[in-house]
Amino acid sequence: MKEIVIVDYGAGNTRSVQATLARLGHASVVSADPAAIANTWYVILPGVGSARSAMAHLNQTGAAEAITSRVSAGQPVLGICLGLQLAFESSEEDGGVDGLGIVPGRVVRLSDERVPRLGWSIVEPWGEAYYFAHSYGAITTAAVATAEGVTAAVSHGTFLGVQFHPEKSGPAGLAFLDQCLSLV
Amino acid sequence: MKGVNFVGLRDVGDPVELAVHYSAGGADELVLLDITATPDDATTMTSVVRAVADVLDIPFTVGGGVRTVEDASRIIESGADRVSLNSAAVASPELIQAIADRFGSQAVVVAIDSGAGLVHTHGGRTPTARRTVEWAREAAARGAGEILLTSIDHDGRREGFDLELTAAVRAAVAVPVIASGGAGSAQHVADALAVTDAALIASIVHEDPAGLPGLRRAIESCGVHLRPWKE
Repeated sequence: MKEIVIVDYGAGNTRSVQATLARLGHASVVSADPAAIANTWYVILPGVGSARSAMAHLNQTGAAEAITSRVSAGQPVLGICLGLQLAFESSEEDGGVDGLGIVPGRVVRLSDERVPRLGWSIVEPWGEAYYFAHSYGAITTAAVATAEGVTAAVSHGTFLGVQFHPEKSGPAGLAFLDQCLSLV
Repeated sequence: MKGVNFVGLRDVGDPVELAVHYSAGGADELVLLDITATPDDATTMTSVVRAVADVLDIPFTVGGGVRTVEDASRIIESGADRVSLNSAAVASPELIQAIADRFGSQAVVVAIDSGAGLVHTHGGRTPTARRTVEWAREAAARGAGEILLTSIDHDGRREGFDLELTAAVRAAVAVPVIASGGAGSAQHVADALAVTDAALIASIVHEDPAGLPGLRRAIESCGVHLRPWKE
């Protein structure tokens, strides 16, 4: 399938992700269909919502298993914000939720002075600013970039996850997505 | 990063065109309030939000006419990052938690219009008995992820933000607070950012939309660290 699949779990803001992909010349569909997730060249697990309801949707639809199988089979998946957090073994959100278990680590409530953490932060070592909006963060050995001490990006096998929103991060975010897709 | 720089749009002609213009001019986020002539017209609202989301690559908040979880849901699913509640939250405080439960606290802004220390509703026209600082504390406790604090006393006068009120509200809550009302110069924005997390500017850029990049540089000259941005 030529279209990128943006995984639907009932609450995500998928429209901005689709618009950004269109700007890069990529067609996309929003779907929770396990066959669509299995058969496309690229899958994006987007992020807005709460961990418990997102996992419940993913498990009900079979999307959870399809995403996990993709990564096991060496096919790319990009997680954004909550989509990154769902990839871990567990999250403290909503009283404790089991994640997809794709990436070793867990998600904990941020200990910042102000939560949620809203706004632009420089991601190191990349040296670019991206937009963040979150109350939870990942504790993991798979981190490849950080922002003010918070996990900003993780890479594990063919799973790549970012805590920031590339679709809301202006030209830097667009360039980031373009690079992710061109590496496939 | 300290020093987010918002541009607020209220009752403006073409929100889509202006949104793109301000985004290109270096705004870090946009706040769109009362973007449809009739807030009750959900279809118009949704189509405007979609049109903005399709062309904008920075975060934006939409306020005006959000009275139910379904209203919020439509706006967020149309591509907005956050909804802003004002009179509806005062009338039904449980609405804050209901939206936060569905979309997370980061998706819920409570906007407070404050005059003489008291909350005003209906576009600042109707005073209530609620104290601003107390209402901000309650709103945050109920799940608001951000407070957009407008001083009616300072709004439109261009003599600077209400720093005392902003600091008092910020001290009362553990969520970010956006100062609004009174911006007349870059120094005013810098002064606000010394006491809080973000500042909203509206009329000074609406008068001179081409002046936003210059204003941004002037704010940085006052010693504020904004995100790296190229014209």
